Amino acid sequence: MTKVVVAGAGSIGSLLAGHLARVADVTVLTRREEHATALRENGLRVSGRSDFTAQLAATADPFRLPEDTELAILACKGTDLEPLAATLEGRLPGATVMTIQNGLGAEDVVAAHGDWPLLSAVTFMSGTRHGDDHVEYVLDTATWIGPYRETTEADARRVAELIESAGLKVEAFHDLRPAQWSKLVFNATVNGVAALTCLPHDFHFAETERLSDLGHLVRDLVDEGRAVAIAAGVQMHDDPWEMNVLATERGDRHFPSMLEDVEARRPTELESINGALVREARRHGVAVPLHEALYRLVKAREASYS
Amino acid sequence: MRIAVVGCGAVGSLFAANLALLDDVEVWAFDLNELHVAAINRDGLRLTGAGDVVGHPRATADPAAIPPCDFGIVATKAMHTEAAIAATAHAFAAGCVATVQNGLGNEETLAAHAARVIRGTTFPAGKLLEPGHVQWDVQGDTTFGPFDASVPLAECERLADACTRAGMPAHAVADARGPQWRKVIFNASTNPIGALTGLTHGRVCERPDLRALVSGLVAEGKAVAAAQGIELDADPEELIDHAARPEVAYDHKASMLQDVEARRPTEVDFLNGGIVRFGRESGVPTPLNEAIWALIKGVEASWTQS
Repeated sequence: MTKVVVAGAGSIGSLLAGHLARVADVTVLTRREEHATALRENGLRVSGRSDFTAQLAATADPFRLPEDTELAILACKGTDLEPLAATLEGRLPGATVMTIQNGLGAEDVVAAHGDWPLLSAVTFMSGTRHGDDHVEYVLDTATWIGPYRETTEADARRVAELIESAGLKVEAFHDLRPAQWSKLVFNATVNGVAALTCLPHDFHFAETERLSDLGHLVRDLVDEGRAVAIAAGVQMHDDPWEMNVLATERGDRHFPSMLEDVEARRPTELESINGALVREARRHGVAVPLHEALYRLVKAREASYS
Repeated sequence: MRIAVVGCGAVGSLFAANLALLDDVEVWAFDLNELHVAAINRDGLRLTGAGDVVGHPRATADPAAIPPCDFGIVATKAMHTEAAIAATAHAFAAGCVATVQNGLGNEETLAAHAARVIRGTTFPAGKLLEPGHVQWDVQGDTTFGPFDASVPLAECERLADACTRAGMPAHAVADARGPQWRKVIFNASTNPIGALTGLTHGRVCERPDLRALVSGLVAEGKAVAAAQGIELDADPEELIDHAARPEVAYDHKASMLQDVEARRPTEVDFLNGGIVRFGRESGVPTPLNEAIWALIKGVEASWTQS
């Protein structure tokens, strides 16, 4: 069986590790020792859209990861990626490394710490952790994979097939950037607005009846993002406004991680999402006054904790 | 002279208590808060802080009890203007009614019910501590001017003279839009930023990126004012920097931040919303004010979520 490491066991890492453990030899790298202990002793229960308990290896010590790992999926939050990549430096020599963080720039953070072949991924699935050994599979939307460094579409497809055989939805692309930018613009817009208003992603985000309705702002933010994508030479794979309308029409009330982070007064992924978009805009000389405002407001809100 | 103060929250109480000190003015205080009304009629209306005053206006929660008046002073929150003037307009059939409220659009609402409307802007501030007792935080000037040609300037002068003699310095000008727009631009450019970030006025101003966002909002407000031929009596930017000083209002939580923390409806429709509406009428784009307006409305909407 393929030897897989999943580094980071938040909801996305847990969903990947749990499903993959059914078809691969999975080791989970956790941050806390008691988290690894719980997984080793109890297995990982997956509920919701899947229902099983996976048996897998787990450790909080990066030096105990199998050296013959073939695929390492780095599924930590963007804010934890740099220290994680640093601990992997000089290790896992035969592994292809795949990032799956929100925003832009994760691949380059990892690339600076080793010459592994790199795949990049974005995921639209979501889950809720109910404990160290239990994750609920909430949204069964796809994960998209593409080559990044010294990999080809065929490599992306092989990993996609593995993930698909584990029971998750997945698609391989020859170039991930159009998909990555769709998600970037979508996340920068929806997560930023949610973090500031404390609204979950719900029908308010698509309302345009009154002049003060949030839908106008969401659409204007998407338009700014599209202009940046075009200036960066990317034709987005999906229209973020349509993604927004579809998601809110389903009637779900999704709580973006940035909103949860703000409410828990934790650092958010603002820099790798909104910060990345604003920096790309500056690099390409595109004015994004509304995204600048959103970015500054969330940043200031984080500063208000202290 | 008979004056009725409509809405006896903090600002209304400052006018009612001070004016009631004058021998030649009979003051009525109308408020829906029955406890406040009863306390005023029992013990008088007490101000402490920037001035210590006990005035004895006649207080009522029954609009029909208000006799015909020479002047009305409307001091409700802006979202209550329509209901307040609809109930009390009978008392001003032969007199003038002045607004000392925040925001834009109050004059138009009053004019739909009253023949002679006076535009007013006031800077004193306070806080209702308990029924019959208001803390007077800040002294400040009031400016009155005719809303339209139906009000002679002399009537504005008569009201300003009464206020000044009562210890609330006021003056009359032919065009009172300058001070009104200066205050509206100040409030619309700073209050929502405090409300969205949780930062005090001083902390908003010491973050260069956030201060630049404030300036962007100010610039839009100034452009709308200029398009209407309004000459600001001072630069809102100076007021903003002045207020940021430690000895002035560095630690002040904007009233909108206080509203948001207490989950009370804000006056954003009459601040940023007012700038947007007047901007549309004059063909001046106000994208930042639109964005901020939508975000605060989103915050308000989040309170009614389950």
